[in-house]
Amino acid sequence: MLLIVEQFLNGLQFGLLLFLLAAGLTLVFGIMDFVNLAHGSLYMMGAYFAASFVAWTGNFIFGIVLALGATLLLGILLEFVALRHLYGRDHLDHVLATFGLILFFNDAVRLIWGPAGLALPLPAWLTVPIAIMPGIYYPAYRLAIIAVALAVALILYLVVMRTRVGMLIRAGASNREMIGALGINIKLLYTLVFGLGAALAGLAGLMQAPILTVQIGMGENILILAFVIIVIGGIGSIRGAFLAAIFVGMIDTLGRAFLPDLLRQVLSSSAASTAAPALSSMLIYLLMAIVLVARPEGLFPANRS
Amino acid sequence: MRAALWLAGVTSLALANSAIAADTIKIGFVSTFSGPTAVIGNDMRNSFELALDHMGRKMGGKPVEVIYEDDQQKPDVGKQKTEKLIQSDKVDFIAGYIWSNVLLASLKTAVDAQTFLISANAGPSQLAGELCSPYVFSTSWQNDQTPQAVGLYMNQKGVKSVFLIGPNYAAGKDMLAGVKSTFKGQVLGEEYTVWPSQLDFSAELSKARASKAESIFVFYPGAAGVQFLNQYTQAGLKQQIPLYTAFTIDELSLPLQKENALGVPGAQEWVNDLPNEQNKRFVADYRKKYTGLRPTFYGAQSYDAAQLINSAVEAVKADTSKKDAMKAEMEKANFKSVRGPFKFGNNHIPIQNFYLQDVVKDADGQLSLKTVATIVKDDQDRYHDKCPMK
Repeated sequence: MLLIVEQFLNGLQFGLLLFLLAAGLTLVFGIMDFVNLAHGSLYMMGAYFAASFVAWTGNFIFGIVLALGATLLLGILLEFVALRHLYGRDHLDHVLATFGLILFFNDAVRLIWGPAGLALPLPAWLTVPIAIMPGIYYPAYRLAIIAVALAVALILYLVVMRTRVGMLIRAGASNREMIGALGINIKLLYTLVFGLGAALAGLAGLMQAPILTVQIGMGENILILAFVIIVIGGIGSIRGAFLAAIFVGMIDTLGRAFLPDLLRQVLSSSAASTAAPALSSMLIYLLMAIVLVARPEGLFPANRS
Repeated sequence: MRAALWLAGVTSLALANSAIAADTIKIGFVSTFSGPTAVIGNDMRNSFELALDHMGRKMGGKPVEVIYEDDQQKPDVGKQKTEKLIQSDKVDFIAGYIWSNVLLASLKTAVDAQTFLISANAGPSQLAGELCSPYVFSTSWQNDQTPQAVGLYMNQKGVKSVFLIGPNYAAGKDMLAGVKSTFKGQVLGEEYTVWPSQLDFSAELSKARASKAESIFVFYPGAAGVQFLNQYTQAGLKQQIPLYTAFTIDELSLPLQKENALGVPGAQEWVNDLPNEQNKRFVADYRKKYTGLRPTFYGAQSYDAAQLINSAVEAVKADTSKKDAMKAEMEKANFKSVRGPFKFGNNHIPIQNFYLQDVVKDADGQLSLKTVATIVKDDQDRYHDKCPMK
């Protein structure tokens, strides 16, 4: 029982982290119709910035705030210098250009920070496990990730649903030409959305950094999951990304946690322990395939007329 | 006239080329030089280069040419690079190989071409058993041996039960099998994680805690070892369940693991402070040549691989067509290994000691690895009788 609660928390935490990454991706893909493979690089840059700024300032909170600002600026700069020239083009051009950016960022990081990777140590108050229920200890830092990600999700919801900028973003997702025709500065809106997406990716990267290591190419594996999430959730839909991310996080974690034991009921122990990791990593792709067959638009498509 | 000149130029170039080919000892070195585990490949290359420096960059009087190739930690790429080195570069020896799955994919190419392959790290059980070959030598170990030593140490400590966690690939399975073969207590659980993509071990750690095991054993080489220790400490398990490791803490991961690694024991066949002359020279010169870096066991094994190749080339006076003579010489292990006592078993896998290592603060306040005790002497892998070579 305690194990189940703990595994649910693990799944929730992983899902929320994926949401931060997927939210930026779905905004950029849904609103700007731009396929950004370099989203994972922004995730990596967020982590590298955080590791450097935390080491430089000596203060964890201050360092990550600086890192967030830096990733936001980097996103805006990237959009301004490179990506805005690609908007009218084919998706294949987007893929080629942003794949080039992945190589660029990986080598830039190798030049600046070296190939060995960095560590982002946590302050002492985040490294203690907290008793959330009698007998259940959960790492304080993972709880902090859950809290921050939920707060960000709420703020995003409020911004998108309750503010004028949010209204424009939603309008942009529904009909790009129309809001341009209504005299909205679509270029500025795009720059803003891209910067926001970059900051969200950076936030995901820097929050993941103390759990993992800060290393070259860290964004590439996780980006695939983010794409799966926006396909399941419906492209351009923040709500879809949120629910799909939690779904994927849960399936991935619970699959890993309980599938081996389930398989051991029917298979020999050694066959089960070999098959289970393979099968549990397939589960989310199975889910995606089922969603694509049943609802090609995704579970919660953004409102399109 | 112009055509004649051009032709003359080409032929002299071709002549020069063939002259070079005949006058050098060519060695191919396959390791990982890109991605997160490139630091391991770099350490192996550094150590191999240092060994060549110590030999005056000559073997048997001929200059040595080393061609380094990146396997990207992928079996298919490793196989391609091995084919390229053997078939188009026509190397005399091929060495390196961090990953068991990469080595297994590349093995047949080398054996079929009768090119000597020296594994400087990977030690899959197949290589020691049914796939052993006269052309293949190892300067590392068979995968099971190091965790077997950990299991023996856990028995000495009186540990009653263990929860095993490792990556789901050839080496991960060998490692967990190794601990199980010597550990006398109960194994309360066994988890395999997706390799190399899975980096979050929360589900596995929760299960380890729930199993109420007295100890946890893990095998996570490279960056995954850093991530595992981070998560193990953050989950508060360091105070609850002691951790035993194989290939998880080394000089590359330690600067990132920091205090998390303090007091976590592991077994290894080489530690930087082993008190033999060859090792002192290796460690001191490595730190002098590559400032700020420290050699790892991967490096030590690569250094020994260079020495092994050198012994063979010296024995045939650089005539690398005498393969039988070179094989006979290598089987004698006629060189001073940086790990001290070293000889080969019938399957060309070393018979050697395994030491208990611990993480301590050294004289300059830096974390470093230290030999605590010898766990097992002259250990031979448990697959050697499956090898048809006698």
